[in-house]
Amino acid sequence: MTTGVLISQIFNGLSLFTILALMGIGLAVVFGLMGVINMAHGELMAFGAFSTYLTSLFFLKYAPRLMDIYFPIGLIAAFCSTALVGLVLERTMIRYLYKRPLDTLLATWGLSLILQQAFRNLFGPINVSVPTVSWLRGAWNLTPQIGIPISRVFIIGLTLFVAAGVYLFFYRSRWGVRIRAVMQHREMAGAAGINTQRVDAVTFAVGCGLAGIAGSALTMIASTGPSTGQQYIIDAFIVVVFGGIESFVGTFLSAFAIGQMQSMFELFLSGSMAKALVLILVIIALYFRPNGLFSIKVRK
Amino acid sequence: MPYTKRQFLKAATAVGAAGLLPTIAGSRVARADEPINVGILHSLTGSIAIAEIGVTEAERLAIEEINASGGVLGKQIRVVMEDGASDNPIFAEKAQKLLASDKCAAVFGCYTSASRKAVLPVFERYKGLLYYPTHDEGLEFSKNIIYTGADGVQCAFPAIDWLMQNKGKKFYLIGSDFIFPRTINRISRAKIKKDGGEVVGEDYEPLGATDFQSFIAKIKAAKPDAILSTIVGDSNVSFYKQLNAAGLSDIAQSIVALAVGEEEARGIGPENLVGVNSCMGYFQSVDTPESKKFATAFKKRYGENRVVGDVMECGYISVYLWKLAVEKAGTFDVEKVVAASSDLPFDAPEGKVKIHATNHRLWKHARIGKFRADGQLDIVHETPLIEPVPFPKL
Repeated sequence: MTTGVLISQIFNGLSLFTILALMGIGLAVVFGLMGVINMAHGELMAFGAFSTYLTSLFFLKYAPRLMDIYFPIGLIAAFCSTALVGLVLERTMIRYLYKRPLDTLLATWGLSLILQQAFRNLFGPINVSVPTVSWLRGAWNLTPQIGIPISRVFIIGLTLFVAAGVYLFFYRSRWGVRIRAVMQHREMAGAAGINTQRVDAVTFAVGCGLAGIAGSALTMIASTGPSTGQQYIIDAFIVVVFGGIESFVGTFLSAFAIGQMQSMFELFLSGSMAKALVLILVIIALYFRPNGLFSIKVRK
Repeated sequence: MPYTKRQFLKAATAVGAAGLLPTIAGSRVARADEPINVGILHSLTGSIAIAEIGVTEAERLAIEEINASGGVLGKQIRVVMEDGASDNPIFAEKAQKLLASDKCAAVFGCYTSASRKAVLPVFERYKGLLYYPTHDEGLEFSKNIIYTGADGVQCAFPAIDWLMQNKGKKFYLIGSDFIFPRTINRISRAKIKKDGGEVVGEDYEPLGATDFQSFIAKIKAAKPDAILSTIVGDSNVSFYKQLNAAGLSDIAQSIVALAVGEEEARGIGPENLVGVNSCMGYFQSVDTPESKKFATAFKKRYGENRVVGDVMECGYISVYLWKLAVEKAGTFDVEKVVAASSDLPFDAPEGKVKIHATNHRLWKHARIGKFRADGQLDIVHETPLIEPVPFPKL
C-alpha cells in the first residue's frame, strides 16, 4: 500500500462523510428533534432528486444555453418543493400522530410505499438520467494515484454550507429559539406565547427540505428512480441513531466516523464486508452507549 | 279455435325449446373454440419492476402476434396477468392461483433467481410449465421449467475469451454481493486460471450500494488489463457515474459487464457508459430480419423512444418456443409439450437458437457490444452457438 492510495482513501472517507451527513441531517431534525420516526425520509430524498430531474428537463427545453447553471437552481427547487410536501404532510397527517411514535412508523412506512408507486406511475419504473453539469464533471489529478472528482468536492462544499445554514437557523435565529423552546418543553413554550403548531409545521418542513437537498445532490453520484429512497433510508437512520438522536454535532461526528471507517476497511476488505464490519462496530458502540455517541441529558 | 291453456303451454315449450337448441349446440362449438389461458407473472410494482415491466410487454407482444395469425392449435391465447410485486412469497401465491384456478397451459415469468426458486415447488406440485427469461447462474434443473436466458457459462466464458484476446491476462472481478455474481466469479476464476490468466482482485459491494469511490480506487491500484463486472441494478448507475466522474476512461474500456443492457443504459445516462463493453445474447443492434421485425413491432406497439434488450428478447421468444412445442406435440399437455421441446429449433431475433436435448436451456449465441453515446451498442464480436452447461465442472 502506497501513501498515494492512503491519501486518496482519506479523501474518499471525507467524501463519504459528507454524503452520509447530508443524508442524515434532515432526519436529525425530523427524527432527532421532533421524534417522528420518518420511514419516508428516503422517498423525500427521491422527491428532491426528481425535482432536480424536472428542473433539468425544463432547462433542456426552454433554455438549453443556460444548462450550465441549472444544477444550483435544481438544488433550490428541490429544497422548496420537498419542504412544501413536508408542510402538507405535517398538516394533514403527521400532526395527528405526535403522541404515537409507533403509529408514526407504520404511517410513514405506508407513505413511503405510496410515494414509490406514485413515482413509478409518473416517471415510469426505469431510472431517469439526471445530467451532471459540465463544470462538475471530471477530476483533479494531483498525482497519477490521487484523483479528486470535482463532484465530490462540490458535495463537501455543499454539506458545509448546509451545516452552517442549519446552525444559523437553529441556534442564531428567532425561529431557532422558538423551535428549541417547543422541543424542550411544549406546554411552557405555548404558555410563553409561541404558536407551537406553527413551529411544528415549520420544523418538519425544514427537515424535509434538507432531505430534498440531499436527494438532489446525490443525483450526481447515484441513481434516480422510484426505489432510490430505499438505498438511503438505512444509512440515514444509522447515522442519526449512532450519533445520538438529539444532537446535530453527534450526527456529523457519527457520519465522519462511519465514513472514515468504511473507506479504511475497504483498503483490505471487500466493500460488502467493510460495511458489515462497520455495522458490527456500530452495534457494539450502541451496546455501551445506548443513546448514541452524543446524548444530551434531558429530564424525562 | 281458441287455444286451451294446456295447448298454449305445449306450443310455447316447443317454440322455446327450438329457440334454445341452437344456443346449446352453439355453446358446445364455442367451448371447442374457447381460448387457452396462459399466465404472465412478473413484478409490476416494487423495486424489481424496473427490469420486469419491459419483459412483460415483450411477452404480451408475442402473444398478440400469435393471436393475430390464428392462435395455437386453432385456439386464441388469453393472457392472465399477475403481479409478483418484487416479493417472493407473493410470486409463489400468484403461481398457485395461475395454475390451480386459471388452469394456465404455460406461464411466462420471474426475473430474479430467488423468485424462480420460490415458484419452482408450486410448478412441480401442480405440474405446470414455466418459461424463465433471465440469464442466471445456472445450477438448477426442473422438469417443469424451460430456461430461455443464458446460463453462467454462456454469460461469462465468451466475455473472458474476448477480454483475454483483446485486453490482456490480468483480470479483476467485480460484482454485487449475491448468488449470481459469486457463482459467475467462481467459475470465471477456474476458467481464467486454466487459460493462463491471473486474477489480481475480486471485490463485492452490497446490492443497492451507492458509494463506489474506494471500490474504484482499489481497481485503479491493482492495474488490471481486463475487468469482468456482475454489478446489477441501481448500483450500476452509481458505479459508472462515479467512474466517469473520476475520468478513468481506460478502466471503463477494459470492462465487460454482464448485466448492463440498453434499458439500464437509459437510467445510467449513456454519456457515462461510452466505451464500456457488454456481453449478452441479444442487442437491439443485432442485424437479422427477425431482430428488425421484433424491434419495429415493439416500438410500434409501445412507443418510438422505447428500446429492446436481451431479457425482453428472451421473454418474446419464450412464447414462440411454447407455441412451436405445443404444435409439435399436438396438445397442451405439459409433459408432452416438454418432451416436444427437446432439440426444438427457432429463428429468433438473436439468430438461430435450439432447445437443448436434455437440460431445458437454449443453445445460444453470445455477443460483445461496445456502448455508443446514444445508449445503443456496436457489436464487436459474435460467437457461434454455445452449448448450455448449467452445472459446470470446475
